[in-house]
Amino acid sequence: MSAKVNAALPLEYQTEQNRMNILGFWVFLGAEIVLFATLFGVYGVLGERYAGGPTQKDIFIVKDVMIQTFLLLTSSFTMGISIFEMRRSNIKGMLMWLVFTLLLGGGFLFMEIREFMHYVHEGATMQTSAFLSSFFVLLGTHGLHVTIGIGWAILLIVQIVQRGLTPVTARKAFIFGLYWHFLDVVWIFIFTFVYLQGLVM
Amino acid sequence: MGIKWDEFFVTGDPLIFASQIGIALTLVGALAGLTYFKKWNYLWSEWFTTVDHKKIGIMYILVGVVMFLRGGIDGLMMKGQTAVPENDFLNAQHYNEVFTTHGVIMILFVAMPLLIGLMNFVIPLQIGARDVAFPQLNALSFWLTVSGAALFNISFIIGGSPDAGWTSYFPLAGKEFSPGIGNNFYAVALQIAGAGTLMTGINFVVTVLKMRTKGMTLMKMPMFTWTSFITSIIIVASFPIFTVALALMTFDRTFGTHFFTISGGGMDMLWANLFWLWGHPEVYIVVLPAFGMLSDIISTFARKTLYGYKSMVISIVMISVLSMLVWVHHFFTMGNSAGVNSFFSITTMAIAIPTGVKVFNWLFTMRKGRIKFTTAMLWALAFVPNFVIGGVTGVMLAMAAADYQYHNTLFLVAHFHYVLIPGVVFPIFAGLYFWWPKMFGYMLNEKIGKWHFWLFVVGFNVTFMPMFFLGLDGAVRRAYTYSAETGFGPLMMISAVGSVILAAGFAALVYNIYWSARNADRNIGNDPWDARTLEWATATPVQHYNFASLPEVTKLDAFWHMKKNNQLQPLSEDEIEEIHLPSNTWIPIYMGVVFGISGFLLVFEWTIAAGVAAIGILAGLAFRSFDYDEGFHVHKDEIFETESKWRKGANKGVKNHVS
Ligand code: HEM
Ligand SMILES: [Cu+2]
Repeated sequence: MSAKVNAALPLEYQTEQNRMNILGFWVFLGAEIVLFATLFGVYGVLGERYAGGPTQKDIFIVKDVMIQTFLLLTSSFTMGISIFEMRRSNIKGMLMWLVFTLLLGGGFLFMEIREFMHYVHEGATMQTSAFLSSFFVLLGTHGLHVTIGIGWAILLIVQIVQRGLTPVTARKAFIFGLYWHFLDVVWIFIFTFVYLQGLVM
Repeated sequence: MGIKWDEFFVTGDPLIFASQIGIALTLVGALAGLTYFKKWNYLWSEWFTTVDHKKIGIMYILVGVVMFLRGGIDGLMMKGQTAVPENDFLNAQHYNEVFTTHGVIMILFVAMPLLIGLMNFVIPLQIGARDVAFPQLNALSFWLTVSGAALFNISFIIGGSPDAGWTSYFPLAGKEFSPGIGNNFYAVALQIAGAGTLMTGINFVVTVLKMRTKGMTLMKMPMFTWTSFITSIIIVASFPIFTVALALMTFDRTFGTHFFTISGGGMDMLWANLFWLWGHPEVYIVVLPAFGMLSDIISTFARKTLYGYKSMVISIVMISVLSMLVWVHHFFTMGNSAGVNSFFSITTMAIAIPTGVKVFNWLFTMRKGRIKFTTAMLWALAFVPNFVIGGVTGVMLAMAAADYQYHNTLFLVAHFHYVLIPGVVFPIFAGLYFWWPKMFGYMLNEKIGKWHFWLFVVGFNVTFMPMFFLGLDGAVRRAYTYSAETGFGPLMMISAVGSVILAAGFAALVYNIYWSARNADRNIGNDPWDARTLEWATATPVQHYNFASLPEVTKLDAFWHMKKNNQLQPLSEDEIEEIHLPSNTWIPIYMGVVFGISGFLLVFEWTIAAGVAAIGILAGLAFRSFDYDEGFHVHKDEIFETESKWRKGANKGVKNHVS
């Protein structure tokens, strides 16, 4: 609760409350890891139970997945630059890279929804088989996180425009950065264990 | 989408009809009373919007006590039904509903809120802090718990109760065998409450790591703080598994997916594994804080430092690790290989080692102590032998081969009640008697307390001891009746009588609360038990900012050493500084409401409306994001006035109720 400010630290670490919020968010990410690990476990158990429905090879479209991966990985990179600009107190640069991040995230989401619609069109729905149930819920949970992240980033941008860089807005941006990188890491696991493994199986 | 409005209210059962009327009358009465006495404003500004950890703790405890009434009545109904053979007080369906709601409510809405309530009240004080790390999040946790509890409890008058057991195994819990919406209440209500619990876990991990006062290193923390810290870590590590399991259950039931349903390639055993991957750690989540409270209470009333502090810490860490590695012991008989069963047998038995260490440490703490037999201490004393019965029968059940004999019998039911009641409920009672004066400024009556104690302990043993023998004789659990030829009648009757004694014990507690609130002495000083930890170093009841100046710690049992070495200096005026505190907020209770509404619609599988209501949730999050309220400062004059008031009178004319 103390408002003591330690100006030697980066903006987002300057108050005790900020340091606690950041630690708290790390703990939350720990919970998120358990959540996704459970979903991966479920997919691992059910991923080959096709019930006569399509298999990974039947439906996955390599090109689209590569584009999604490219978009999301790049967005993690731009997010990093945005925080870098924040550290240099360059609000303009920070906001610009944050907007890039958003656009790339939006592009990812667009591609993912298109992919899902394509599957559904081909008759591969969540209700078709255990494999598809676990596929859609795992991917959907990740996609939902991205969606929430986009909404969150918009709120963040408004606040930074309104208030400039303060310890509070800097902390919020930093935490959002952690979140966004985390989604990227999850995607790498999805890419490896769902798409790649599914294609070579 | 397919709501059958004629099935909206549960009808046709006289028992339920009576409760519907009862609930309606109580609600109307409460609303009218609040309006008449003009208490709305007070409730709203002092309680509903509060972010003060002490008030939140007290509200949690209130929820726990009220839910104990509900869960207890469920228990009594079951005992009433099985008291005699071929009874028809409850039919099979109704019995299924009652043991399901009993189990869920007792674990998730009694044990958890009572423990989290005590944690909330005590931990910040024990570590010399002014609040938890995230006070608003704390309020949100509480209101989500309330929201989940409310949603779960309305199931028996609106829509129908869940009836697949507190474990809700598939395929029974799936749409095919439970077509009504009852089990949706299970999936959705526990999801909401679970989200609240997860946030509590995060909050307390950070609170303990970051908010300890000067000098309080990890190895100088009181034992209740230690166990709450480890508990919080287990919460963070295990609740997300339950979140996923419940979400998948919702998907299967509402959206026709195939996670646990056999058709379409789903696997029913996947549910059992996910459930117990959370469920076993969950039993340690409820028992560890209870162990911590016992440690503090025993060392207070034995008037000695806890024996083997370090080994206590190591034990709880070991327990927390092992708790994640034993889940298969809940389904030894469901077709695992011998190797798997052996592995989980051994890990399960291994838990007895650190637990045994703890029991011996408590005994050694008492050895040669000058024990004060307060009601709180009596609960702690009764804990030891009763809990050991639960533990020993637990080791019996841990032997996978032998479990084929006991499993699914009343032997198991007796075992887990011998763990949960002495291991969780006794310590909670001990904690309530112990910390009550800190919360409210008066003590619970010791004489009525002893009635409460003896009735409850005797009633408990008379209720559950016969179940061991019934189980060994082959009485299965979750069976609503039995024939006279089985010969279960006499023991079942004894057990039912026991449950009435047990209920009388609980009634004594409720009476004690009423009596003490009206008649108990208010002049008890700040340290009525001559206690050892920091929560007793400040005023009773605690002023809203907890400590005027944060205490400094040099040893374990910090307050005890301060008293011993006369380090309790009076506070001089120039030492006082302004104190910064967070403001009240309406967002957490609002979130509780919108989560409740959205959850209710989801239960009825009215998914579009639920989605629309969920916009309210997002709106709440956005409001929170734009809320830059900086809190407020408590002024020096106010602090000075409050402090001199309690410090002057501190120990003059105090009636010491114990010695
Ligand atoms: C207060 C007195 C209590 C009584 C009279 C009581 C009685 C019972 C009875 C009769 C059953 C069902 C037996 C059967 O399978 O037919 C039962 C089940 C259960 N009880 Fe209790 N109980 C009490 C307290 C508690 C407490 C404090 C807890 C937990 C903290 C608890 C947790 C459970 C659970 C988890 C089940 C299993 C439900 C299921 O089968 O799904 N009980 N209890
Ligand atoms: Cu277990």
